[in-house]
Amino acid sequence: MSTYRFAVSVMPKDGILDPQGRAVEGSLPHLGISAVHAIRVGRRVELSVDAAGEAEARAIVERLAGELLANPVIESWTIARADGEGRAG
Amino acid sequence: MRAGVVIFPGSNCDRDALHAVALAGADAIPLWHEDPDLHGADLVILPGGFSYGDYLRAGALARFSPVMRAVAEHAAAGGLVLGICNGFQVLAEAGLVPGVLLRNASLRFEHGWVRLAVERRDTPFTALVPDGRTLRMPIAHGEGCYHLPDAELDALEARGGVLFRYAGPEGNPNGSARDIAGVLDARGRVCGLMPHPERAAESILGSDDGMLLLRSLVTSAAASGVAR
Repeated sequence: MSTYRFAVSVMPKDGILDPQGRAVEGSLPHLGISAVHAIRVGRRVELSVDAAGEAEARAIVERLAGELLANPVIESWTIARADGEGRAG
Repeated sequence: MRAGVVIFPGSNCDRDALHAVALAGADAIPLWHEDPDLHGADLVILPGGFSYGDYLRAGALARFSPVMRAVAEHAAAGGLVLGICNGFQVLAEAGLVPGVLLRNASLRFEHGWVRLAVERRDTPFTALVPDGRTLRMPIAHGEGCYHLPDAELDALEARGGVLFRYAGPEGNPNGSARDIAGVLDARGRVCGLMPHPERAAESILGSDDGMLLLRSLVTSAAASGVAR
């Protein structure tokens, strides 16, 4: 049994209104910044999984992401190792 | 006829819902979120509030509480379920009604009175609403912008799944697709809506239009209870 640390990034899907991104963008003029646009705000969830191997750990995270961390109707997600391992994966 | 009102951590309209549905003629009982037993409720109401602090997404964590397994089974067996505001968000997250409630298009918490057009009167939720009558009820929510992909909206409309729409000069308060304020599941036994019928249950509150909905439910549930 090993412990694997993952980061799940949840983002609003293209075409879904992102009021948070819009609000952040709306404040840019107050900072005197005009070059930044198309801001989208998502969520990063880090977690540790105990599993026999990385594939098993990933499968657990995939299920968690689809059932709880993200709402598939409006959000997409990516899963990455967050413990400095398996960066290529 | 018994109506159960679920109390999640963070529910804040549960007492109002219990009071209003009792006023409508039900034997009203509270249901605790950790108890997977509906205690004989013919109708289950998921009240408004901020269940589980609205963490992650509104309704996302409440969906996995023990009582929701029982609510899903109740719905699968054709039992009546009404989700109000946060209760609608919980039903949507649980997949018991279609759609998602996004942050209001205004980016603000919206509160005030709205007017609802009633799209169907042949449902347990609206049977007592007189023809042509609109309903005046309050809203109070930050995430009420109803969303579904366009093709699914078309399918929802085609099967008569849209029960309430924002109408009149008060308009659409949150940017909901096609002014949708309330929807039905495929069998027409589960309804989620953003406005609060329980806060429009007595004329001293400014409107008692919510009672048309609650009385419809109590009457329908009593009738189907006899049939069982």
